[in-house]
Amino acid sequence: MKILINHSAVEIDPAMSVAEVLVRENLAGDGVAVAVDNVVVPRAQWATTRLREGANVTVIRAVCGG
Amino acid sequence: MSKLIIGGREFESRLFVGTGKFQSNEIMEQAIVASGTEMVTVAMKRIDMGNREDDMLRHVARPGIQLLPNTSGVRDAEEAVLAAQLAREAFGTNFIKLEIHPDPKYLLPDPVETLKATEKLAAMGFVVLPYIQADPVLCKRLEEAGAATVMPLAAPIGTNKGLVTRELLEIIIEQSRVPVVVDAGLGAPSHAAEAMELGADAVLVNTAIAVAGNPVAMASAFAKAVVAGREAFEAGLGATSSCAEATSPLTGFLN
Repeated sequence: MKILINHSAVEIDPAMSVAEVLVRENLAGDGVAVAVDNVVVPRAQWATTRLREGANVTVIRAVCGG
Repeated sequence: MSKLIIGGREFESRLFVGTGKFQSNEIMEQAIVASGTEMVTVAMKRIDMGNREDDMLRHVARPGIQLLPNTSGVRDAEEAVLAAQLAREAFGTNFIKLEIHPDPKYLLPDPVETLKATEKLAAMGFVVLPYIQADPVLCKRLEEAGAATVMPLAAPIGTNKGLVTRELLEIIIEQSRVPVVVDAGLGAPSHAAEAMELGADAVLVNTAIAVAGNPVAMASAFAKAVVAGREAFEAGLGATSSCAEATSPLTGFLN
């Protein structure tokens, strides 16, 4: 099924957890935070959270700024 | 010098430093060290799936430094709350520099949305440092809403113009019961010293350091100016006067 990660379409297996998706997409580093459909998913719940078809996943990290 | 306390944390340095606009992460890191700062801002961005940049966080996160994530890029209070929750998750801190400035030309903060977001975030346990216009009434409203500090601007972000809002800052400092951090527009160490002499509790500097000919040396210069300004404030500045007041005896020489 398709989901959106930071507006890019990504194909995943419906059985995959958020943690597995992040690892596969090489997004699972330190200093990263995730929201699904504008609700934050704490890191401790990444392994047990599944995604629905068309889910809107936001993955952010630090950039320089004042 | 007296210590600054924000969100239950003590700060020896009253110079906060932003991480934008440096030519490289290495220069930024050296400037942070030279500034002696203990509070450093970071912004957040969606990771670009096609273009992975260098991780800036490793240049910033070091012992003794409080990260101050900002909400730059949000358009309203609702987005600011989500950004703060993401920041707490990403960086493990409740500190949040709340900035809501939808207009890209002057980057002036939206006071209505900032007040709304401050109320929500303070109730959620965040240590909220709102970036706002130098509006004394708004500052009191933010204080009542639970802001940990107020961060009025000296001049618009990145303009290096100094204390354009000086008279309003004086009223804010006189009235505030939370620390006043003068943010934005400070272009020279003398501007920072002036803000501290007025009684500001801290200043936040980014552009003036980052775009200097030698950012590391400029960071050191700002650090000294902030200490000098604070010492002067605590020492108690002499009153100004329209007429001359002699500092030497005017009679009795060779008599």
